[in-house]
Order: sequence, then structure tokens, then C-alpha cells
Amino acid sequence: MSRTFKGRVVIGGNVTGESVVTHQGFNVLASYLKALGERSNTAICSDQNNKDIFGKDLAGKIICLPQTIGSTTGGMILQSVANLGIGPKAMLFSEHIDSLAAAGIILCEVWNQKTIVTIDQLGSEFLDYVKTGQQIEVKEDGTVIVM
Amino acid sequence: MRQYKMELSDEEKEILEGKHGEVMRKILESVVLYGEAFEAKRLIPIDGPVHLVTSFGLSGIETVFDMMDELIEAGVKAKAPFTVDPRPMDFENVECSDVQKKIFSVLYSNQARYEEQLRKLGLKNDNAFTCTCYMPQVGNVPKRGQVLSWAESSAVVYANSVIGARTNRTSGIIELLCGILGKVPEFGLVTDEGRRAKWLVEVKTSKLPNAQVLGSAIGMKVVEDVPYIVGLDKFLGKGLNSTTEDYLKDMGAASASNGAVGLYHVENITPEAIEQGRDLLVKDYKTYMIDDEEIERVIKSYPVLWKDLNAKPAKCFIGCPHLSKNQIYEWIEKVSHRLAKAGKDKVEIDTVLCAAPDVISDFKTDEEAYQKLIDMGLHLTYICPLMYMSNPECSKQPIITNSNKLRTYSTARFFLDDEVLDIIVTGIVQGGAGDE
Repeated sequence: MSRTFKGRVVIGGNVTGESVVTHQGFNVLASYLKALGERSNTAICSDQNNKDIFGKDLAGKIICLPQTIGSTTGGMILQSVANLGIGPKAMLFSEHIDSLAAAGIILCEVWNQKTIVTIDQLGSEFLDYVKTGQQIEVKEDGTVIVM
Repeated sequence: MRQYKMELSDEEKEILEGKHGEVMRKILESVVLYGEAFEAKRLIPIDGPVHLVTSFGLSGIETVFDMMDELIEAGVKAKAPFTVDPRPMDFENVECSDVQKKIFSVLYSNQARYEEQLRKLGLKNDNAFTCTCYMPQVGNVPKRGQVLSWAESSAVVYANSVIGARTNRTSGIIELLCGILGKVPEFGLVTDEGRRAKWLVEVKTSKLPNAQVLGSAIGMKVVEDVPYIVGLDKFLGKGLNSTTEDYLKDMGAASASNGAVGLYHVENITPEAIEQGRDLLVKDYKTYMIDDEEIERVIKSYPVLWKDLNAKPAKCFIGCPHLSKNQIYEWIEKVSHRLAKAGKDKVEIDTVLCAAPDVISDFKTDEEAYQKLIDMGLHLTYICPLMYMSNPECSKQPIITNSNKLRTYSTARFFLDDEVLDIIVTGIVQGGAGDE
């Protein structure tokens, strides 16, 4: 049985993919540091402080999160991983998007023509419901279907 | 052209149609989309100085450096000469092993390329690397009411609160694009409504609380809201002077890193609080009372990330955010006094004071004081200690600090100033956070 949520469109698009869920703030630098350093074609999460996603491959996934946290380089890291082809396919925020994530998502959209479909304000119920490994469909109008 | 929700001027529409070139189109599109993400209705002009948060050529983010090359090739520059956060390395004044140096060279392999890019985009000068660009010696000081686009969290909170300028906690790179454009999206702390306080913080301690701990307590409680702080004038007096400014610099940096505070008001002290008083409070504000017990509770709550709690510290960092000239003198005095009490000439722990290059140059003109600092075994550097701690070979060492920002973002262990003095003079760790 699928369940539908509706949020605000930050960067619109139609995508489907597999979810990776973090219930705590997504530390962009800590998560991608190893993958960037190793010039890897996967994005194995290197944030040891995040038990939800540590060790999981984030490349091409739909990341479900409350907000991003950590170093102010976060936006640049997100832009870089997206440009290298190991960024997320979509980012689904339960809360209002934060400034670091907004910068990264917008910079890679505008400067590198790499789209990370982004919906925010999906609500805490969304994050309570969605589990890692589920199929998700995101629609251009901000509809998110968890299958 | 993409459909935008923001109100755009005719010139902005022309830029977005590409009539001022592809790079200007991308710059404006980035800033407009960023503003729309925060429900900004329009862009407003920046009329104050520019300061950038990133100062290091981190390996792996060549995408960002390529983008900066694109800006340079298009011939764009920041509207005003800018300052930038501190450099990551200073092997002359911050002792490192060969292994540590090798890792630094890999970690910051793009440093030379990045600094060259900064020069081409309008860097003020080669001394312009500090998180405290508002120090008089550095001279990148905003005026009250000026609109800025800053990202360095400790500088944002200082500019907003102590100076009364207006800036959001902008994200890195976006602040550079705003600095080139000369415009910033109007939302949050740039607006009158966004500057009103949602918290009344009552300081009821028996003495002036440690600035770093008070800031930390406030940050952890109010997170990103604006607090209106009462009770500090009892200890600091009314209005601003250099001692109060230094105190507020350190308090603000802790509130911005332990929480996400971008602006605070202090009754009878900061400019907007002096002018508007408690009218700055929103109608249904919340209250947070801080007494001696609360300060103790907060200190005890800090986790200690050392493997051996009794290890002899490898280094002590003082000056995150960078020290003012007065603070350098104060530390020399305090260390000298504590050494004399112990009957010693030199500190036992490699102690590094961090300050802006221009502040260091100014301080060094007092040759006697500089010699005293050297003789006591202290070092003076312009680096960001956070960047030192980003090297895994450095962060695995036991490092102590009096900075709550450095504690929050690294494995450094926090101690109060008096405890720091005892440790660097005796070489023995005692007291401190998380020891219960």
C-alpha cells in the first residue's frame, strides 16, 4: 500500500528512486568526505555519528531528512558530489530547507546543470513513515508517493 | 526563462534573460532561487563590506574552484574589496610533524589556486584572512543599519548584534555571488520583523559568567531564534567599550556554533536594545533563566572526546574566534602572572594564540610585549584552529581550548580560562567539562 505526502517545491522534477532515510540532521561534509577524498564512483556515507546512514551508498538515492547540519562548506560539498555524478537523485526535507542545503542544490542546478529534485516541509509524519530501501516517486508539483 | 515568484526589476529581468551575459545570468539566478527558498519577495542592495566564509582550498571540491574560474573569466568582481576567513596552515608558528604536514598538503591541495582566485575576485590584500574582519586593524567594518551578505557565523552574529548591521547567516559561495551582484534577498535578519526577539534570557548569576559558556547555554536553548538578554549590564556596565565588545564577540560565536544564533540583543548594551528596549520582544516570547547552577549544568554537559581523560595535552588553542589586540595583552598578563605564581618561566603545553594577521602585525610593533610572549613559550598565529583540527593526525591528539566553537566542531576539550592557565603552566589536566 502506498502513501502520499505533499510538500513545497524547491527544485521541481519527476523522479523515482530508492530512499535513504536519516532521522537526525544530515551532515553533508561528514557524509561525503571519504567519497570525495577517494574520488570514488560510489558515495558510501562516512558520517560515523549518523547510525541511520553510516556505510550506506548515497549515490543516486532519494535522501529523506529533516535538514542538513554541519560545516558551512556543506553547500559546496553537495554541489561537488552532484557534479561528480554521485549526488542524490532527490532530497526530501520534513522541515523547511536550511541555507546550506539550499545553496548546494541551487548551485549545482544553475552552474553544473545537475538537478537534485528538492521538496521541503513534508512534515514529521513523512519522516516517521518512510524507511530506507523503499521506492519513492516524486512529482513536479511536490507530491511524494512512498510505495 | 524559468518562472520566478520574486518581484524583479526590469534590469533583473534583463539579466535573467541573459542580456548581461551568461555568467551574470547564472549569478542572479542562483541568488533569486536561494531567496525564493526562504520566501524572499525581492532583492535589496548591499551597502556594507563583503566578507567570505571559505578560506581553504579543500581537496575534492574542484567543482567549486572551476565555478570560480568561470566567474574570473567573465571578468566579474566583488563590489568592494573583501576579507575572507583564516588560512588553514602556518607551519612557522604552529608546530606540525612531517606526517601532519603531508596530510595538510593533500587535504588543502587547492590552497594556492584558491588564493589566486580570491585575489582576482577582489580580495582586499594578502593579510585579509581572518574571521574577525570587523577588528579596527583589519578595517572591513560595517556600519549600523548597513545590509550585508555574510556567512561566517561568528562574524554574522557580531555584525548583527554588536554593530547593528543586517545580514542573514548566508551560505558560503552564495555570499560571494551576492557580493558580486551587490544585492541580497530580503528575508529573516535583514528585515525589522526578523530582528525581533522570541526569547527573554535573564542572566541571574552571582558574577559575570564565562562568555563562551553563556553563549553556548543561550545557543543550545534558543537554537536559531533571536534572544533579548537582560542582566549583563550589571557586570559589564551600560553601552559598548572594547572589553564588552570582546566579551560579546566570544559569547556570540558560542551561541552561533552551539546553536544557530544570528542576532542577539543585550539590554542597555547593544545598539538596537538601547534604542528600542523590550519593545524588541514579540508578544508571546519565551523566558530562559540562567543562574550559577545552569552555567554549571551546561559545562558538565559537554562530551569529552579524548580516549585518555588524563592525557597531557599536545596543544592549547586560544582565539576561536580570533583574538583582539586587547585579548592578546590580557592573555600575556594572565599567563605571566600564573607562571610567576608557580615560579616558572615557560608554559609546559604548546600554547597557540590565534588572531588576524593585521592584529598580529599591530601587536608586534610592541617589541617588548612580543618578546615576553615568545619568552613564555607562547605562539602567535593567523590560522583557523578548526582547520588544524580537520587533519585526522592532529585531531587524534589531546588538544585543549577555551573556545566553545572549537569544542563543538572538533575533538578539542573545553576548559574555562583559569583552568586553561593551570593546565598550560603545570602540564596537568584538572577540572573541565564532562568530568563527572
